[in-house]
Amino acid sequence: MNIDLVIGILNIVLISTTPLVLAGIGELVTEKSGVLNLGLEGLMLVGAVTGFITLVLTGNYFYSLFFSIISGVILSGIFAFLVLNLMTNQIATGLALTIFGIGLSAMLGKKFSGTPIEGLNPYYFIVISFLLVLMVSYFLSKTKSGLIVRAVGENHNSAYALGYNVIKTRYMTIIFGGVMSSLAGFYISICYAPMWQEGMTAGRGWIALALVVFATWKPWRLLVGAYIFGGVAIMQMNLQAIGVKLPGQFFNMMPYLATILVLVFISSNKLRLKLSAPASLNIPFEKNQ
Amino acid sequence: MIRKILTILSFFTIISVSALHADQKKIGFIYIGPPGDHGWTYMHDQGRIYMENALGDSISTTYIENVPENADAVRAIRKLAASGHDLIFTTSFNYMDQTLEVAEEFPDVKFEHATGFKRMDNVSTYSARFYEGRTIIGHIAGKMTKTNTIGYIVSFPIPEVIRGINAFYLAAAKVNPDVKIKIIWNYSWYDPGKEADAANTLINQGADIIVQHTDSYAPCQAAEKAGVLAFGQASNQEAFCPNAHMTSIEDIWGPYYAAKAQAVVDGTWGSEDTWQGFKDGMVEMSPYNTKLLPLDLILEAKNMETAIENGTLHSFEGPIYNQAGELVVKEGEVADDGMLAGMMFYVQGIDGEVPQ
Repeated sequence: MNIDLVIGILNIVLISTTPLVLAGIGELVTEKSGVLNLGLEGLMLVGAVTGFITLVLTGNYFYSLFFSIISGVILSGIFAFLVLNLMTNQIATGLALTIFGIGLSAMLGKKFSGTPIEGLNPYYFIVISFLLVLMVSYFLSKTKSGLIVRAVGENHNSAYALGYNVIKTRYMTIIFGGVMSSLAGFYISICYAPMWQEGMTAGRGWIALALVVFATWKPWRLLVGAYIFGGVAIMQMNLQAIGVKLPGQFFNMMPYLATILVLVFISSNKLRLKLSAPASLNIPFEKNQ
Repeated sequence: MIRKILTILSFFTIISVSALHADQKKIGFIYIGPPGDHGWTYMHDQGRIYMENALGDSISTTYIENVPENADAVRAIRKLAASGHDLIFTTSFNYMDQTLEVAEEFPDVKFEHATGFKRMDNVSTYSARFYEGRTIIGHIAGKMTKTNTIGYIVSFPIPEVIRGINAFYLAAAKVNPDVKIKIIWNYSWYDPGKEADAANTLINQGADIIVQHTDSYAPCQAAEKAGVLAFGQASNQEAFCPNAHMTSIEDIWGPYYAAKAQAVVDGTWGSEDTWQGFKDGMVEMSPYNTKLLPLDLILEAKNMETAIENGTLHSFEGPIYNQAGELVVKEGEVADDGMLAGMMFYVQGIDGEVPQ
């Protein structure tokens, strides 16, 4: 096996895994604060279409990135208002956000679908994705704010009793997650496959969600997990192209299968489950308790 | 009292609305992807629009997009059938059993299933002989490749796709016996990111021409970026990859859809199987890229199109051997439609096995 081939494979793995890392690390922070946002796929699609439309209209990558991020802030802000202030069910609201995002992005992008654009170099975002994992890891384990986020996620009543603003903290983490998802969407429609087509994220939001569980809410494991998922997908393509017979369907379901296995593994031991999952995940917070 | 009046009024409104459109036939479509894919579904939608323009007020059309090829399809098809549609086109191979299931429940509704082979009194099947186009691009690829390695991205192992691979390879190997094709099965019709990954993987492994049987234009774009050549799929994709795109095989559904809708309007619709190619205009080649292809090769390709139309050239002319070396089509004969419709084997010379 020659070195060019290996570099080529690594290159493709890096390019294809980055959206999973971006969306996954955002969701990890959101879940660490005790909120489950199932709206990643919708957020990604809206981020992708907003970035694409802005680029077509202005031809400017910064505006494109800016508006893509704004779309994430707005949508996740709405989600945050619903689940935090109105205390709606997080799972139902997240699913609604996904369905809404799929429809909204399709509607917005209808006129722009099929407009050719010049793609942006993906390497900026690959570097950014690694830096973000580093920063999130540092933030959650070494900074006071990070510890507050975790405290809020573990037991929001205690955190509140200690004087921390649970609602505000969760607003911040939800919006951070939303911004990361829209960034992942931007990356997909501007760098990875420079185009807009309806539903083009093709389930990557769900894989990112699975990834957070697979990583047992640890940033570095998330990075490793993402590259395992991405690497396996690209390796099976390479093996196929060389002529090795593989069950392709199996590799398509592998991320989900691996996640289920991890869930079985961590839930088989109550202590391990306690150490991993944020204890207040998916539990609404009421101030007047 | 007011409620009574409203009830009576609304009753009359419904009557008048339905009276207004009493003769109008409702025609529904089930799409596997979004109409904006600029590939397979896009061309079906173009066909729908053509039909609307051709028949005007005598019909109205509806479509449901992004319908998965599983039990959900039953729900989508039944929804159209139950809401008074007279004719329903289900436009993907794996809607086959779902179409039949709903057709049994609604014997008065007519169904048209694309690329399938199971028919009933109220279910027709239709398909295009895309493989004729694959013969043309195989010929071009065989002559244009410098590395003798061609990357081929495919969706699912179904006869239509395998027939395409075989037709492509036979034509390529005829002009270039050293040619090798590398095949990646994506197990999805539509995932731009994954299609780009597959294209990049094949290019990385030395392919200098990318062929696809998936629905987005991401592979062509990836080829453009890497500086290699490509063929588009289902519709003309030159706008997205002007320096890679040699030609595309285009599916032209409009005239067929218009004819079938007219038959429903006239009450002459009957269950049948339609399989048309270059000759009837259901398959066309996009304009050949004069910047990339030498003029004599373009001429050869055009002559082949004519020969296929005339019947002097066939995509599957014997002798054809399968991978085990058994003669499947004898010298001087061509593969019959039955063999083509159920083709689930690779011809000799293609590496690898057909996935089960």
